[in-house]
Amino acid sequence: MPIERVNDFVVRFANVNGSGSASANQIFARAILRMGVPVAPRNIFPSNIQGLPTWYEVRISQAGHLGARGGTDLMVAMNPQTWDKDLAAIESGGYLFYDSSRPIPSSKFRDDITVIGMPLTQICNKEYSDPRQRQLFKNIIYVGALSALLNIDVAEIEKLLSEQFRGKEKLIAPNVKALHIGRDHALANLACPIGLKVRRADEIGDRIFVEGNAAAALGAVYGGATVCAWYPITPSTSLAEAFGNFCRRYRSEKESGKNRFAIVQAEDELASIGIVVGAAWNGARAFTATSGPGISLMQEFLGLAYFAEVPAVLFDVQRGGPSTGMPTRTQQSDILLCAYASHGDTKHVLLFPEDPHEAFEFGALAFDLADRLQTPVFVMLDLDIGMNHRLCRPFLWEDKHVYDRGKVMHFADLETGRDFGRYLDVDGDGIPYRTYPGTHPKRGSFFTRGSTRDRYARYTEEGGPYVDNMERLLRKFDTAKTLVPAPIIEAAKSRTPFGVIYFGSTSPAMSEAAELLEKDGIALDLMRVRAFPFGGEVTDFIAEHERVFLVEQNRDAQLRTLLLAECGIDPAVLTPILHYDGTPITARFIHEAIAGAVKPVPETPTRVKSEM
Amino acid sequence: MTYLPKPKFRHPALETNELGFTHRDYEGAISTLCAGCGHDSISSAIMRACFELSLPPHRIAKLSGIGCSSKTPTYFLGQAHGFNSVHGRMPSVLTGANLANRELIYLGVSGDGDSASIGFGQFAHAIRRGVNMCYIVENNGVYGLTKGQFSATSDKGSKSKRGVANTDTAIDLVAVALQLGATFVARSFSGDKGQLVPLIKAAIEHEGAAFIDCISPCVAFNNHDGSTKSFDYVRAHNAALNSLDFMTSRAPITADYEPGALEVIELHDGSSIRLRKIAPEHDVHDRIAAINLLHQRAAAGEIATGLIYVDQEPVDLHHHLATVEKPLNELGEAELCPGSAALERINAGLR
Repeated sequence: MPIERVNDFVVRFANVNGSGSASANQIFARAILRMGVPVAPRNIFPSNIQGLPTWYEVRISQAGHLGARGGTDLMVAMNPQTWDKDLAAIESGGYLFYDSSRPIPSSKFRDDITVIGMPLTQICNKEYSDPRQRQLFKNIIYVGALSALLNIDVAEIEKLLSEQFRGKEKLIAPNVKALHIGRDHALANLACPIGLKVRRADEIGDRIFVEGNAAAALGAVYGGATVCAWYPITPSTSLAEAFGNFCRRYRSEKESGKNRFAIVQAEDELASIGIVVGAAWNGARAFTATSGPGISLMQEFLGLAYFAEVPAVLFDVQRGGPSTGMPTRTQQSDILLCAYASHGDTKHVLLFPEDPHEAFEFGALAFDLADRLQTPVFVMLDLDIGMNHRLCRPFLWEDKHVYDRGKVMHFADLETGRDFGRYLDVDGDGIPYRTYPGTHPKRGSFFTRGSTRDRYARYTEEGGPYVDNMERLLRKFDTAKTLVPAPIIEAAKSRTPFGVIYFGSTSPAMSEAAELLEKDGIALDLMRVRAFPFGGEVTDFIAEHERVFLVEQNRDAQLRTLLLAECGIDPAVLTPILHYDGTPITARFIHEAIAGAVKPVPETPTRVKSEM
Repeated sequence: MTYLPKPKFRHPALETNELGFTHRDYEGAISTLCAGCGHDSISSAIMRACFELSLPPHRIAKLSGIGCSSKTPTYFLGQAHGFNSVHGRMPSVLTGANLANRELIYLGVSGDGDSASIGFGQFAHAIRRGVNMCYIVENNGVYGLTKGQFSATSDKGSKSKRGVANTDTAIDLVAVALQLGATFVARSFSGDKGQLVPLIKAAIEHEGAAFIDCISPCVAFNNHDGSTKSFDYVRAHNAALNSLDFMTSRAPITADYEPGALEVIELHDGSSIRLRKIAPEHDVHDRIAAINLLHQRAAAGEIATGLIYVDQEPVDLHHHLATVEKPLNELGEAELCPGSAALERINAGLR
């Protein structure tokens, strides 16, 4: 039976990289959004400029489920290279839309799906003579056909086209024409609409649709970052580039053309973090954006920044590791790398935004925290939220917010003769005062070094002052627990022995999975961890449950390791649920894994009971 | 080295500069380097240069990497903030510091291991970006702290203290700096204070990437026969290009010179360099000629010292980035945060 669903299905476009499909596909997703129906698009792309397969998946969900669902209801198969794989991905009862210009043997199809052929190449060849036009308009033609097949309001698409080509008006008419060529052909020759339909709704509210990398970059602008040093690496490149774009718009002085920012594309990640450390040491707010391989290269500097207590902000847009790994796929596999970056005893502050809204919020907050704590702060994004548009709450900013520059002694403080010891803990929170270079002619200068020193920054190789300093750094890390964003706990409707801990981009899939599990009669208390170090709420939550599932997107249950190491948790209590094939985690996966673990297995009931 | 604390006593007739400071105000902690180390002479030259320029010590930021040379910033300019960073990474740290506050003077101190081996890339990129700095490599051609291994500037065929000959080609940092667009390039010798002090003064006043390669014999590991960076070898093979007298716009310092051989070079900031050419055919404004000269001298077994190249109209990284005049580290919310109204417009554009 063909699937019949309104505002609840998954469309997947199979394209060839570099064929110009991305903007057409995005217009498709946005048109549905404009009809008031939530969508969650995802790029699945290769590490390639032109020629390799690429997919764009759009989940349409009136209920607002924005995680990847898994499976495809309608496949728009535009890439012969991946035909077999694409066909196999369609749900039983689903639909296949393909270019029927060339005959395809019937053995290449499936019986349990609805096949919709349209001679796209023939139509294009008839309408356009220029090869590039044939290619580009083919994409718009299929969007037109889909508008007829899925009941998408064509006026919304026309509006989006005119917005997209604002300033290049002469491109609007040919695009609208192509749109209607596809739409009219579908209406005349195909059974429209199919069982999958979009119906106007009002489920968007004031939410915005934006990529996490752009949101984090805007957070850095609002957070007062002035120095950005970076080295291009997928999937973080668009973060540094977005920072540049926002800065040119909001930080360039109109009359003089002078910039209130400095961006350096460094020669490598070592130089990037070196520039950040130098700038932050000298009192500017500075950051870098990178991914796992970059963090690996930055290790030595991160130890210096920890030990010499220099603020630094790092945006780690995580991808599949180890080594080059899966550079265009998503994972949460840099948790331990960042938490304990560098040799020797180190611990670093990590923030885990769930979506672009929090990427903005934490992106700005990271600078206050770094200055307050005088230490590196990592904003742990991943490819799934970094490089995909995500529907989220609008960005918020309080104009009365004053940047927390932390404990800094200025000229006037030094002039009064206040005792200054760079590594002196004057009030018990483990955080010493610092001075910016050049502050006072006679007081407040000190030597910054990665080697041991006493409370007054004087070089020493004595064990006592070394231990004293290392203990203070631990006190400072305890202070960090009180400053970082607290976890968010969502209690089940009924009392339950089961808890779930999750973080970052897992959020929408987890919410949906919890709904599915609730329908199965499995109640779960949810806790979304938003930062490391963990506060008391985290250990309390674990203590309150017999069994806690830890949902992560890595192989080794890295957050679990961190919890065990830092909170002294009994390992038996924490059951890892791990998804790490490079695709975003799905509600289906979490649902099946938790349901499978919780449900009594008939043949060995006692064993399961003891596990519980 | 000595374990005695520095006496606080000051002779009442001590020479003072325009700021009323004596040379004591430019000192740092007592050196812990080996007695007779060339690096200590360079530290003295730096102090002398800053004293003569009447620079307020606290407006200088001194940055270094790791190694004997990188320890030296502790031993001069005690009122200046110092940063002993990561091995080979001083150039990036200095670049960041410079971006944060363009008003300070940036003094980068490095060694041959630090800049020609582990940090060769950072050295190159800081130079080619045109960071406004005075970058001094204290070049002894040896790893001192780890007891005598060859460095990348050790000459091919030179011998280590154990008698092993180096088979790798030496890197000439001066030639590299010239090729990468440094706007001030010089080489000197730690034992030649008369040449070194004016060079450092000129490099500090130069508003672009200024590089000085300072050959500094290692008394412990590279001062034996067979070394090409020993005191005796350098003295015997030194081919001084010119002797330099530096005249700042703020406080003209007229030292002894022979008027007939002087050339006055106006610097961008209005100060001037005065050259007394020993090799009159060398034009310090001709980059290609400078590169040629280096190679000719090297082929003749000589070490060309003196001012090798200077661009009188240097531009620096801040110029390239068009940053505002006010230091970035002094900008606050009003100048940096676009505010909630702009954010509302951004939100509206994302629907």
